[in-house]
Amino acid sequence: MQISTQKIIQQPEKRYKEKEFSAKIPFTIKRERYFRKSLVLAAIGVIILVMAFGCTLVVYSIPSFKALGIHFLYGKTWDPVNNVFGAYPFLLGTLITSFLALIISIPFSISIALFLGEYYPEGWFSNLLKNAIELIAAIPSVIYGFWGLFVLVPIVRHLEMKFGVLPYGVGILTASLILSVMIIPYAASMGREIVKMTPLRLKEAAYSLGSTRYEVIRHVVIPYAKSGLLAGILLSLGRALGETMAVTMVIGNSSLIPKNIFAPGNTMASVIANEFTEAAGSVYLSALIELGLVLFLVTAIINIAGKSIIKRFSKI
Amino acid sequence: MENTIIKCENFNAWFGDNHVVKSVTMDIPKNNLTAVMGPSGCGKTTFLRCINRMHELAPDARTEGSLKLYQDEVYDIHPILLRQKIGMVFQHPNPFPNMSIYDNVVAGYKLNGIKLSKAERDDIVEDSLRKAALWMEVRDTLRKKGTFLSGGQQQRLCIARAIAMKPEVLLLDEPTSALDPVSTSSIEELLIDLKKNYTIIIVTHNMQQAARISDRTAFFYMGELAEYDHTKQMFISPKDKRTQNYITGRFS
Ligand SMILES: Nc1ncnc2c1ncn2[C@@H]1O[C@H](COP(=O)(O)OP(=O)(O)O)[C@@H](O)[C@H]1O
Ligand SMILES: [Mg+2]
Repeated sequence: MQISTQKIIQQPEKRYKEKEFSAKIPFTIKRERYFRKSLVLAAIGVIILVMAFGCTLVVYSIPSFKALGIHFLYGKTWDPVNNVFGAYPFLLGTLITSFLALIISIPFSISIALFLGEYYPEGWFSNLLKNAIELIAAIPSVIYGFWGLFVLVPIVRHLEMKFGVLPYGVGILTASLILSVMIIPYAASMGREIVKMTPLRLKEAAYSLGSTRYEVIRHVVIPYAKSGLLAGILLSLGRALGETMAVTMVIGNSSLIPKNIFAPGNTMASVIANEFTEAAGSVYLSALIELGLVLFLVTAIINIAGKSIIKRFSKI
Repeated sequence: MENTIIKCENFNAWFGDNHVVKSVTMDIPKNNLTAVMGPSGCGKTTFLRCINRMHELAPDARTEGSLKLYQDEVYDIHPILLRQKIGMVFQHPNPFPNMSIYDNVVAGYKLNGIKLSKAERDDIVEDSLRKAALWMEVRDTLRKKGTFLSGGQQQRLCIARAIAMKPEVLLLDEPTSALDPVSTSSIEELLIDLKKNYTIIIVTHNMQQAARISDRTAFFYMGELAEYDHTKQMFISPKDKRTQNYITGRFS
């Protein structure tokens, strides 16, 4: 026992004395240098890429900005034939679908987060649920679009006939419903992680005072995890704002301001996807790119806000 | 024994296949301070947590035998009601970080959804903090977060929180092991004072502490109750070989 510990202690000294080791040093140092350089290069490359991205959007937006100015943001008419480009209907469409989706999804994602994080963190059923949630995030959005067209649109149409509005089937509500399903995994898995982090000693304190599990969740877990749950919700909002394919397929692609949640509309992302290939005039093309720039900024802000909440949270 | 409040007979506890508390039989008298001692891993914490049924929160935890509070089997009382009658203080102070000192004291009522008038609440807060010897130090900062207090003050806040529920029994699991000597002695004084009104069971690693404050001492060894006697008796002339070895420092 004693001999072997001595050996271990002696080894580092021995190393430096041995010749074959010192012969290898230049190579290892070189390798280290190249390794570090290539890492730095890759890191710089990504930063340049993101900046180039932003620059491209800004530069190509200039013609549109020169022609339309700030009016672009609140102009209510989008009429490419007459070169009138007001993004307001799409801004509105994006915000309404995203927030509606968020409101629909929050009860589900929070329940799932609490269920998996606190109530029932292990066992075959929670594993099944966990995998199902991950699968929801992995399904390509065009498949959601199909599902929306074949399943949701008929249901919504039926609903619309009952309410006595024009039975389009496609529209803001349909898009929001699809989105709400698509964004559940983001808030749910983020929330689950943070709910799980609730210190056992706080939960035990509550149990020892005679709390039920509901009371522990309500008064200990939720207060502890609330900023994490909020961050998860913000991340899923960011996802909803940018989602394109599925929304484009079921929103109805109308450039008019939607009169109610059953009406067809358009989001910024779906307009870009729909009209990019047919954009003839240079201002038209530039207006679409400016739309992209606005979307880019909005999602960036939402993401940064979400990340900073998480950061502040993890410091506690 | 007359005046028995807790009565164990052949009481056993397991974690899965791990038999942690083995056939313990002991009577704990009312308004006494009973110390539970023994080497680490011998099942002191587990035994304590069986008394207020916190043990069963662990997955595949199991118990067997009889454990009575007065005449009633503890395992027939609903855990929610039982835990309101048997308060607990943990090794590490755990005030609720999102609550003020005031709210921490009445947390038991808030958590259980028991509505109190402002006057009742004020009374309970002052009374509990006075009993926990913390009132003079925090009377002007009741609205501050409990987590701003020192470790010793936090632990006294946790004691106040437990006694605010007006329990019969107070369980303490090494409440001073994370504290400095000054805070430790103030908590010891407090416990001696509290035993007039409460039955106190304290797990301690510290023999001097057990000698200073307890009326009776139970010595656990590898899950068994090796010896249980009046503290003086046990420290002067331990009957069990294992207790003798422990007290003379042969193992710790
Ligand atoms: N939550 C748990 N799950 C499984 N085994 C546990 C748990 N807590 C304690 N044990 C086991 O029970 C035995 C007794 O532990 P404990 O009661 O904490 O001893 P003590 O408080 O005397 O140090 C130990 O062998 C420990 O490994
Ligand atoms: Mg212990």
